[in-house]
Formats: sequence, C-alpha cells, structure tokens
Amino acid sequence: MTKLKKLTSYELFLPILCLILVLFINVIKTPTFFEVSMKNGVLYGYIIDVINRASELVILAVGMTLVVASSAGTDISVGAVMSVAAAICCYVLSGGQQTINAYQNPYILGILAGVVIGVLCGCWNGFLVAKMKIQPMVATLILFTAGRGIAQLITKGQITYIRVDNYKLLGGNIPGIPLPTTIFVVVVIVIISNLLLKKTALGLYIESVGINAKASRLVGLKSSQIIFLTYAFCGLCAGIAGLMASSRIYSADANNIGLNMELDAILAVALGGNSLSGGKFSLLGSVIGAYTIQALTTTLYAMSVSADQLPVYKAIVVVIIVSLQSKEFNKMLHTLKVKLSSSKERKKVA
Amino acid sequence: MEKRKRKLDGNTYLLFITILLFIVMYVAGMIVFKDKGFVRFQVFLNLFISNAGLIVIAAGMTIIMITGGIDISVGSVVALVCMMLAWMMENKGIGAIPSVLIVLVMGLVFGIVQGFLVAYLKIQPFIVTLAGMFFARGMTAIISQEMISIKNEAFLSWANAKIYLPFGGTVNKKGMMLYPYVYPSVMIALIILIIVFIMLKYTKFGRSIYAVGGNEQSALLMGLNVRKIKLKAYILNGLLCAIGGFLFCLNTSAGFVEQAKGFEMEAIASSVIGGTLLTGGVGNVIGSLFGVLIKGTIETFITFQGTLSSWWTKITIAALLAFFIILQSLFAKAKEKRK
Repeated sequence: MTKLKKLTSYELFLPILCLILVLFINVIKTPTFFEVSMKNGVLYGYIIDVINRASELVILAVGMTLVVASSAGTDISVGAVMSVAAAICCYVLSGGQQTINAYQNPYILGILAGVVIGVLCGCWNGFLVAKMKIQPMVATLILFTAGRGIAQLITKGQITYIRVDNYKLLGGNIPGIPLPTTIFVVVVIVIISNLLLKKTALGLYIESVGINAKASRLVGLKSSQIIFLTYAFCGLCAGIAGLMASSRIYSADANNIGLNMELDAILAVALGGNSLSGGKFSLLGSVIGAYTIQALTTTLYAMSVSADQLPVYKAIVVVIIVSLQSKEFNKMLHTLKVKLSSSKERKKVA
Repeated sequence: MEKRKRKLDGNTYLLFITILLFIVMYVAGMIVFKDKGFVRFQVFLNLFISNAGLIVIAAGMTIIMITGGIDISVGSVVALVCMMLAWMMENKGIGAIPSVLIVLVMGLVFGIVQGFLVAYLKIQPFIVTLAGMFFARGMTAIISQEMISIKNEAFLSWANAKIYLPFGGTVNKKGMMLYPYVYPSVMIALIILIIVFIMLKYTKFGRSIYAVGGNEQSALLMGLNVRKIKLKAYILNGLLCAIGGFLFCLNTSAGFVEQAKGFEMEAIASSVIGGTLLTGGVGNVIGSLFGVLIKGTIETFITFQGTLSSWWTKITIAALLAFFIILQSLFAKAKEKRK
C-alpha cells in the first residue's frame, strides 16, 4: 500500500499517467502506432511524427512554464509572436520580395532577426507585467491583438515564400541524420533550460518569486527583474518556435502560424502538474504534457475528428484536469469521503 | 465645493476621458471626411447598427470584469449562437421564436457551467472561459463545417425592418428627403443597456457585484454570499452573450465556423477603454457603450479612408487598449502614493 502511495505522490505521476493513457488509446486505434521504418536514411512512423510535430509546442511550453511559475499569469501572445518572428525572418531573407529562390541576405541574419524580435516582444510583455504591474493576461492581450496585424504589415498582407532547400532543413531532416532536426533543437533547449534552472539559483528564485513576490523582494531578490526575465525568455521561445513553424511550410503565413498555440501551451503546462497560480514548477512535466497533447491530437485525427472540432475535446480535458487540481474540488471530495465513511461506521454500529 | 471635488476621483476621470476621446475622434472624422458624407446623421446611427451585438456583449463583459474576472469565450459563444440559430431554422425547420428561446436557454446553461467552475471550484476565470471558448468554437464546427445562411422569413423580416427617425434627414441628389433609420436590434441593445445600468446602480444585486469585485474578503466578512453572487453574474453574462449573439446574427443572417473571431478582445477593449478596471470593483456600462462607439468610429475612419488595410483597426484598438491600461495603472499608483 505504501509503495502505491509513494508512486502516486511522485510529482510527475499524473502527467506520465495521462501520456501513457493517450498512447494506449492510440495503439488501440492504430495498431501500427509504434512502428518505425527507415526509408532513404530517414526514420518514418506515427510515433516519429508525433514527436516531430510536438516540437514547437514543447518549446512554447518551456517558456510558458516559467511565465506561469513566476507571475501566476499566462502569456497569450506567444502565437502572435511566433507569427511576427516568422514574418521578420522571411522578410530579411527575401529582401522584401514575395517569393525568392535564393537568399537575398545571409541565412544567419534571418534567424537572428527572428530570434531577436521574439526577445523584444517578450521584453515588451515583461515591461508591462513587471514594471507597470499590469495583469499578465491583459498585458499580453495587447500583442495578441496587434501581433498578427504587425506580421501582416511586415509581409504586406501576403504569404512570403522562401523556395530555398537550405531553409527547409530546420523543419525537416538534415541529410545523413535519420531523426528530424526539430527533435535536436528541442533536446538542446530543454537541456540548456534545465541546466540553467537547476544548476544555478535561477530556478529557486523563480519559484520563490512565484510563491510570494513581496516576500522575495524583502529577502533581497529582484522580483520584478526575474519576472521580466521569464517573459523575455518566453518571447525567445516563441521566436524559435516561429522559425521552426515557418521552416516547415517554407513561408511566412501571418494568419496561420502559431494559431491557437497559446492555448495548447497553457494546456501543456497545466497537464504537466504545474499549478496555474504560480510557484513550484516542473519543466519536465510541461514537456510530457506537450507530448501528451500532441498524442491526443493524433488520436482524435485518427478518429476522423476534423481540426475545427478538436478544441471541444481539449476543452473537456482542460476542465477535468484543472478541476481535479483545484483545492475546492479536493475539499468537496474530502467531505464526501468523510460523510461516506461516517455513514459506514453508523451502519457498522447499528 | 468640497463634496463636489471628492466625486471627481480617478475613476470618473477615466469615464470623462473616454467620452472626450469619442467626441474628439468623431469631430475629427467629420472635419477630415467632410466631403465623403461623414457629417450625415446616418453615419452616427450606423455605429449603433453594426455594433448592436457588441454593445450587449460589452455590457455583460463589464459585469464580469467588475467582479474581478474575465470572459474570453464570448466570441465563440456568439459564433455558436449564430450557427445554432441557422441550423435550427434551416436544417431542422424550427420556427424563429422557438429557436431564439432555445438559444437563450443555451446561453444560460453556458453561464451556469462557467459560473460554477469559477465561483464554487475557484478555478481561474481565464482558464474556465478559455476552455469555454474552445468548447463553443468546436461545437460550432461539430454542428456544421459549412456556412448556413438563414432564409427563415420571420427572422429576415426582423433583420431588415427599418425604423425611420423623423429628424436629421438629408436631401439626396434626386431631391427626396431621406430619413435616417435604425434596425430593431439597436433598440433592443439600448433597452438592455439601460436595464443593466439600472441594475448595477440601483439594485442590491448590482451593489453586491461591486462589493465582491472591490474586495472579496471584505464582502465575505460583510455577510455577502460571494459564491452565489459570482455565479449569478456569470449566468447573467451568459444570457447577455446569447442575446448579443442573436443581435449579431440579425446583422449577418448566417452561421459559419470562423464567425466573430476576436470578438471577445473587442468586448474587453471596449470595457477597458470605457473605464472598467481590470482588477475589478470599478466599471460603468455607459463607459463600455462609448468604448464600443470609439471602436466603431475607428472602423468608420478606416472604411472612409479606403486605402489602409483592415488590420489597422486591430492595431489601433490594441494601441488604445495599451494606452488605457497604462493610464489605469498610473492612476492606481497615484492612489497608492496618496495613501
């Protein structure tokens, strides 16, 4: 009995359980789910596809986890920032033209532009939340509304195509390596973030600021600076994710890149066992949550649910998970248990 | 003199700024677009016609924001309402009036569910309404992936019935007197706005909403049933969303999946520009009305200008929203310093 208790009290228990559940349903629906085959030196298979497509979500979830942990708020502008980063990158690479066959400017310049604009957007959000003390969801609302408009302006309202083979490498496969490139990017980012958070005091500071910002300031931590940093980092993640998304479609589509991804990112953070009211966080939990969502999406697609109808199931899952997490619900369960056990005892006595 | 000065505090200032901004923008429009007919009274009435649904929804949003919460599901609920109306009237042959009643009940149910999750399970309103938004948008797609146009005669007659105003007419080129008109949707929206205003200002329920939003702990200690009040607020909001969706549908007479995307942001922006504090406890539906009118004026500007892309509307609204949010936080900081 104690072994079971030890297992369930392990903090990553629920996220891993959800992931296993979803994978299980997947295997039932598609018996070939775990099959992996090698064609032309590249690995193919459902599972590879899930891991590949989840990459942007994982990176966004990493950034979002820190934002939620430090400020109990959510950054709903990440989708729009992805779109802006992609737009700027393609604008720089194409030199302002609509479709090109060769880079007008060096590739590295385009990548840098995308990443820098992501960081800048994150800094704007961080400024509003940390310095102006505006509610995070409202502060990020501004970029959420304006971001796609800005991206549209950069691309002049049309989709900019980059028809250069080199560009598709980020979203596809580097010749000679069987796994998709995105997996490597994700691994690098997750490892670096984890090192930064665990091996330095940064993780501890973020948790402290999230639990009680005023107390942290009194202890000597620069609360507003830390909150600012988390938003800037989230912007950075959004920028990188935007570049990846753009590389998949070798273009910059201001309307569709990162559409609804902010909601998925928040869901991933919630699924990872992180409390949405800030404080202690688990990066690994969010990563597992992100893969769970992607696997869930794949399951639903396999059940012929169209992309438009998908959100209904995600909504139900969100509500169930957040309800289970809420203290009030646990209180209600507890009182229910007490009532049941007391009525049992009365029956025993009688 | 002392009593009068005390009334003009930070929050009334915000409302004052909003009304002033609207007047300034409208007058500027009249000057800039004089030759394109901006001066016609019809242009002013068009602000109300195109935004009748938004007025009602912004009123509901204001109520929720006063309690300290937020509701980002309104856009998707509007889309769901339109789709349901269209589907019921066209595919199922249900009459116009029963359809509207069913839709209103659906709005109430939505409000009950969201209210329960926010008030009793104490889940963050943002997450609950986010899930609500997902749910409603997905349901719209489940009902029908294609657009359904409404051809029900009763409904269309409501949508196209013009009410002519006996004043403010202009003479057109043929020498005929054209009177300006409004649609019934505008009258419904204004009546609802007045009802909500009276409710918030003069009834016990209205005052308790302000109390809960201002300081939940104090309200609880005062003996108010905070959870019940919040639940009621969300139920009311659900009903208003359904009504707003109905008015929106009168404008579009169709239901399709992508409808009203981003509508919730317009409602939030209108409320904030109208002086509703994001932290709760302060808000005025009259201000929200002016917020809607400002958004309508910006849109009219862009239409009259003709060359700027429609994305500029969103960017301008976002800029105004940013301006007002920063203004609100500055006022809040000044208040803290005075203490």
